[in-house]
Amino acid sequence: MTSLASHDTAPSAHHDHAPVGGRLITVPFLIALAFVAIAGFILVQRFAHGIGAVSNLSDGYPWGIWVAIDVVIGSAFGCAGYVMALLVYILNRGEYHAMVRPAVMASLFGYGLAGAAVLVDLGRYWNFYHMMMPSYAQPNSVMLEVGLCVATYTIVLILEFAPAFLERFGMHDARRKLSKILFFFIALGVLLPTMHQSSLGTMMVILGHKLSPLWQTQMLPVFFLTTAVLMGFAIVVWESVLSALGFRRPMETAELARLSGLMVYAGLAFVVLRFVDLAVRGQLGAMFGAHGTVMFWVETLLMIGGIAAILPVASRRRGKALFVSSSLFLAGGIVYRLNVYIVGLIPAVGPWTYFPSLSEILITVGIFSLEVVLYLVFVKKLPVMHAVSTKHG
Amino acid sequence: MSVSRRNFLKRAVKGGAAAAAAACTTVAGAPEPANALQREPKPLAPEAVGLLYDSTLCIGCKACMSACKESNHMPQEVGPDQPWNDTRQWDTPVELSAKTLNVIKVYTDGNATQKDHEKDGFAFLKRQCLHCTDPSCVSVCPVSAMTKDKTSGIVSHNPDACIGCRYCVLSCPFGVPKYDYNDAFGQIHKCQLCKHKLAENQLPGCADVCPTGATLFGKTPDLLAEAKRRTALKPGEYAHYPRGDINGHVGGARDGHEKRVEVAYQSHIYGERELGGTQCLSVSAVPFDKLNLPTNVPEYGYPTLSEGIQHTLYAGMVGPAAVLGGLVYFAHRNTKDQHDPD
Ligand code: SF4
Ligand code: SF4
Ligand code: SF4
Repeated sequence: MTSLASHDTAPSAHHDHAPVGGRLITVPFLIALAFVAIAGFILVQRFAHGIGAVSNLSDGYPWGIWVAIDVVIGSAFGCAGYVMALLVYILNRGEYHAMVRPAVMASLFGYGLAGAAVLVDLGRYWNFYHMMMPSYAQPNSVMLEVGLCVATYTIVLILEFAPAFLERFGMHDARRKLSKILFFFIALGVLLPTMHQSSLGTMMVILGHKLSPLWQTQMLPVFFLTTAVLMGFAIVVWESVLSALGFRRPMETAELARLSGLMVYAGLAFVVLRFVDLAVRGQLGAMFGAHGTVMFWVETLLMIGGIAAILPVASRRRGKALFVSSSLFLAGGIVYRLNVYIVGLIPAVGPWTYFPSLSEILITVGIFSLEVVLYLVFVKKLPVMHAVSTKHG
Repeated sequence: MSVSRRNFLKRAVKGGAAAAAAACTTVAGAPEPANALQREPKPLAPEAVGLLYDSTLCIGCKACMSACKESNHMPQEVGPDQPWNDTRQWDTPVELSAKTLNVIKVYTDGNATQKDHEKDGFAFLKRQCLHCTDPSCVSVCPVSAMTKDKTSGIVSHNPDACIGCRYCVLSCPFGVPKYDYNDAFGQIHKCQLCKHKLAENQLPGCADVCPTGATLFGKTPDLLAEAKRRTALKPGEYAHYPRGDINGHVGGARDGHEKRVEVAYQSHIYGERELGGTQCLSVSAVPFDKLNLPTNVPEYGYPTLSEGIQHTLYAGMVGPAAVLGGLVYFAHRNTKDQHDPD
């Protein structure tokens, strides 16, 4: 097992990345493909008979898991590229360089598929392009800002990931040219998620009393940005540990240890800020009885668990501890965002209830399966992962 | 019907009251810097028009409901209380929906014998869009499909612009805009104050047919003055109640009627202050939280908070531009150091 920390001083990284190789058609691949097909079948119904034909969405809960999970949580999963670009290119922590490309790829999937989910969810999808047209723009809308920002970011991610394609197809000239201007897109790639991830929180401020006091605060943008960073770190750590096991690759131990240190800080900041915010708003009592109390504790305990698992510095070098911690943080972030978008919601004139229908869930599963399928294709066929030895190249 | 409605109201009132109480404390407990992020509340539109609904005058005849359907070509809706095998199906909505822009709800308590009594009584409430002074639905809409008229203040919806995101449905504090989920090409529906009829100097359907003047049309300041006059009345007094347009301009002059005030009005005029005020107002003898309207809400609209945050962060895009400048500088320097940006 070799540490790859020395690579940050390597003059050229052209041969740093290599396809993992191996057979593409495997059992997990086929299972994922089957789920994609099922989702496709349900989508036909959705577009033929309307959203109500396949989902449990209602005027009390106009946004369900397609928004909360596919978009709000999915895009947080897509924050891996954001935090890694921030670390490597803005804070000049070159030692994480090897982790950038897989992270950017994960982001590309996260955001691309969030976009696909939006088209499923939009009731009048054929008017979708109005979002991009200045004549329709309504600048006070937080959603407009999120939409435009996410669309631009997806393009930036494609450009950030383009070197992998260009290398694969031997277009070295184009790759060199892109390298010269890439710094600008890298900068944009850090600015844009900062903007729209915080705005995802601002989106719910306007709900006022319709969101439980456990979550309703003007700090929502801060919490969403914090969970974006936290989940970004967590997904990088999680994915590194898992792919080290799955593809039998050496674990990037030194980087992971340092990275998980940052992850713990983000988790601590979140938990502490949450309690301070509740105290400042005079809502500490809400922890024991307001709408959604149980899920508040689930969210908080998951976060605390994530912190506890790798609080001792020595544990940050152990794959198992890292896996547990990053899983808990991811779960905590998921539950927090689910709480703000669904659990904490108090619809205006009831009685309303919401639990996703099977079809609704299968569409979400299908979208994530598509992500898995594409991940496997990309990793096996494109130079995404850090090369282990030249033999692979 | 009253049984299910009573349960419904009880449950909803409980939820509503808890939510409202929570909202109030949230706002009261908001730290100063949070309020510094707030933008100015919007003023009332110069020619704001609306409806004044007087629960004590309402006899629950629901003429306004069928007039609303007719005026807006809305389909009939079979309510959940009607047996499925009843072949003589008629229009019986119990809530606002994509098929129903206006509904009369009833509050009941105990033996429900006395009109306008909180205990052992009943009372009506008309639900439709309140045409907020600072509407959330307009603030959230990304494509200007929800708009508020600069002069009349009427909040209307343009389905040709709408992308169907349902953010307006989610954000409306009163649960007014509705989407049609069972239509492949579903659209948002809500009361637009019959602006098409107003354009022809006709009364909104509901105010036109109301036999008692419980639904009265007029300019919002006039309606507010009328509401103040009524809430000051004492039980036993006789008062004159106009019908149609309070000023008799729209839809022609109509006779009003004299009526004895049976039960004292609540001093609270719903919509005078709630969430920055609404152009449609209500008065009642039963407290409004019993009628399922959110009370204990702030006196400014929620858009003042969300737009405040947004405008502070993105004023003229100066902030993001400055941040981008810094990021570009570092990214340029560091990618050069690291030789290979990707
Ligand atoms: S009541 Fe709801 S739909 Fe009507 S203007 Fe106010 S926010 Fe908009
Ligand atoms: S559903 Fe239509 S009207 Fe409502 S916010 Fe979305 S685009 Fe605007
Ligand atoms: S103003 Fe028109 S649309 Fe609105 S409730 Fe009255 S009749 Fe219906």
